[in-house]
Amino acid sequence: MGLSASKQPPAKLSIWLKVLLIALVVVLNGYAIIAMYANGEFAFALLTLVIVASGVYVFTSKKTYAHRYIFPGIAGMVVFIIFPLVYTIGISFTNYSATNLLTFNQVLQQFESKTYTDDSGAFKFGLYQRGEDFEIIVEQGELLYSTGPIELDSQSAVSIAHELSVLNAKPSEKPLAIKAVIQNKDALDKLILVTPNEQELVRKGLREFAGIKPLFTPLLQDGQSSYSLPNGETITSEFAKLNVKDGRILIPNMETGYFQYLDDQGELTGRGLKPGFTVGVGWEHFKRVLTDEGIKQPFVQIFVWTVIFATCAVVFTLAIGMLLACLVQWEELKGRAIYRVLLILPYAVPAFISILVFKGLFNQNFGEINMILGNLFGISPAWFTDPVLAKSMILIVNTWLGYPYMMILCMGMLKSIPDDLYEASAMDGAGPITNFFNITVPLLMKPLAPLLIASFAFNFNNFVLIDLLTGGLPDIIGASTPAGETDLLVSYTYRIAFQGDGGNNYGLASAIATLIFLVVGALALLNLRIMKKNAN
Amino acid sequence: MPMVQPKSIKYRKLATHLGMIVFLALIIFPLLMVIAISFRTGNFAVGDIIPSNPTLDHWRLAIGMDVVAADGSVTPPPFPVLLWLWNSIKVAGIAAILIVVLSTTCAYAFARMKFRGKATLLNGMLIFQMFPSVLALVAIYALFNKIGDYVPWLGLNTHGGLILAYLGGIALHVWTIKGYFETIDPALEESAAIDGASPWQAFRLILLPLSVPILAVVFILAFIGVVTEVPMASVLISDINNMTLAVGSQLYFNPQNILWGDFAAAAVLSGFPITVVFLMAQRYLVSGLTAGGVKG
Repeated sequence: MGLSASKQPPAKLSIWLKVLLIALVVVLNGYAIIAMYANGEFAFALLTLVIVASGVYVFTSKKTYAHRYIFPGIAGMVVFIIFPLVYTIGISFTNYSATNLLTFNQVLQQFESKTYTDDSGAFKFGLYQRGEDFEIIVEQGELLYSTGPIELDSQSAVSIAHELSVLNAKPSEKPLAIKAVIQNKDALDKLILVTPNEQELVRKGLREFAGIKPLFTPLLQDGQSSYSLPNGETITSEFAKLNVKDGRILIPNMETGYFQYLDDQGELTGRGLKPGFTVGVGWEHFKRVLTDEGIKQPFVQIFVWTVIFATCAVVFTLAIGMLLACLVQWEELKGRAIYRVLLILPYAVPAFISILVFKGLFNQNFGEINMILGNLFGISPAWFTDPVLAKSMILIVNTWLGYPYMMILCMGMLKSIPDDLYEASAMDGAGPITNFFNITVPLLMKPLAPLLIASFAFNFNNFVLIDLLTGGLPDIIGASTPAGETDLLVSYTYRIAFQGDGGNNYGLASAIATLIFLVVGALALLNLRIMKKNAN
Repeated sequence: MPMVQPKSIKYRKLATHLGMIVFLALIIFPLLMVIAISFRTGNFAVGDIIPSNPTLDHWRLAIGMDVVAADGSVTPPPFPVLLWLWNSIKVAGIAAILIVVLSTTCAYAFARMKFRGKATLLNGMLIFQMFPSVLALVAIYALFNKIGDYVPWLGLNTHGGLILAYLGGIALHVWTIKGYFETIDPALEESAAIDGASPWQAFRLILLPLSVPILAVVFILAFIGVVTEVPMASVLISDINNMTLAVGSQLYFNPQNILWGDFAAAAVLSGFPITVVFLMAQRYLVSGLTAGGVKG
């Protein structure tokens, strides 16, 4: 079988169109790749390069005709599943977080563009009314400059630069009073006045404009290769900066990802200046997970609960689902079709809606479940604040959500069990319970095994349930990151990364995610093995 | 069925019916409850399980109408539910069509052609679909931030970007469709090939028309999958008017002000169509589900 991979010779015009299209793709993406590479975004440049190059190859080579059919789908998986996985593992070895978000080059640029106002070269200024507009005239000794009539816009989001021109004589009238300056303070603060010799001035005080100068200059001047400190040590970093204002030396600390000042002894001082930049930290996060008590203790606790939850989820849903499947397949039972539809109902309702419905029903103060329990037994369990009750609630809701899936699976598989097995056992006088445990369960387990592992993996990572129902609460006491009693590893990771109060520690979150990848990968391989074995 | 029937079968049937009814009552209770709550006055459940003086206020708010109280005060709708519903349908519809197109072409090659790396790719797809995207959200966020720099309508907080993100999850659908293609006799396409049809023509003119049922199943599964997806949508979409239902519904549960009644009406309004579609199609969907997919 299989069709030959030949193709009719295309018309000439379409060949040219194809060549043109491919050339366009190559040029556009080539430009984008170089731009990304120049920005230091190697991962994205590499991803684009791989996808575009393999795409062009697949769609031009005759040998890869079959691959043209799978290329778009596989490319989608590579970009949106495999690349994020690899990128996440990469992040786990860095200090990427809310405080160290930018690349080194971006932070360096921020420091290089920092300025300060230089008091020495201050210009006195006067504000003059010119109809609707204003004119600003600045003077310093012999120098006298004017902006000409300009509009003052205090709403502008960015600084507005104005060229100054040389003025021969001051206007005869008096400038506006200080009151007018105060009224227009916001607008004046947006102005940058540029003198004919390219000096930039900003407002400083109510009477003066002063020149702005870069706050940091390179420590090593042209041709210099090192700078000697008073204590005899030398600095060779080309990124070392001199703070012009106070003469301190600023150097990047490549281990913590911050620029830091040197003290008199030539030692790094302080916690470093914000913003920090992203640097590699090696196995730091993994070590913290294993040794730091504030992380290790909740991590182990959450890991254990995750395994318990996933196991219970599979066992409960399977037990109920299998039993119900046997009952609705029982031909003696009337109204089976109606039962079947009603039993599938929890599966048909979108999960995000039913989970939120349960969140409301279980609410401690006004939820209907506590209302009924209160009327019947006079109790009002704290479903969301007591760890044990919260965990039970999660298992109840998950069983409600998940048993129809197991029921559907078992219903399909029950049909393949031959009837004469049950007849033979009935001859021997076995009842339905004996039949269920001695015939049905053992025969279903084998084909179910890979699906049960998939279900375990799904529940191991059942983020939506936890996120919508409890959000991981109640909190574990003594944890140094956001961590809750009902958190699964996956929601714990999510909270470390995206919940503001944890400092958005993407590096640590990625490290834990990497550990989960190992677990999931092992489950996936096991699954594949069992499926292969079943197929043989 | 067994030829030998014990006498106790009558009682057993009775017990089963009884057990079923009790179990179903427990199972259906939350769903009936939420319908009742959507007609109850106010957002706090104090009082009756079955609303004594039913009101349509929550439903008015859910479909975007103001509610005027007896004392003249006007309550505007808290959230644009219909807009969210439309966003969900739009994103899920477009994503499901693209998913069907991508996975069908993939499945065709996997079912009918011989090429290098086929077995590896198939196994690899099965393995990688088990990795939850929640764990890679930091990377996905960074990825779409970057894409947005070059193609703004595919960046963060856009529906284009969200649709694009869903196109990675086609592995299970490829397997489902591939399984179906393998049940179709290849002789038809082979005879077409003898008559001079290219593989593409054989695929489009012969195989595709024969596979409409499975394509419909995959479309519905993909559609429901996208509508109910939470983590990706909640990280990629931040603007309230761009949210999908699955993200927006959570806003009703602000700890300071839980809009329980309003949520109930919005939930019934938006959940009902999806539930009905699923129940009507369930017979056909089951085959697709048992191919290895797991839904919450």
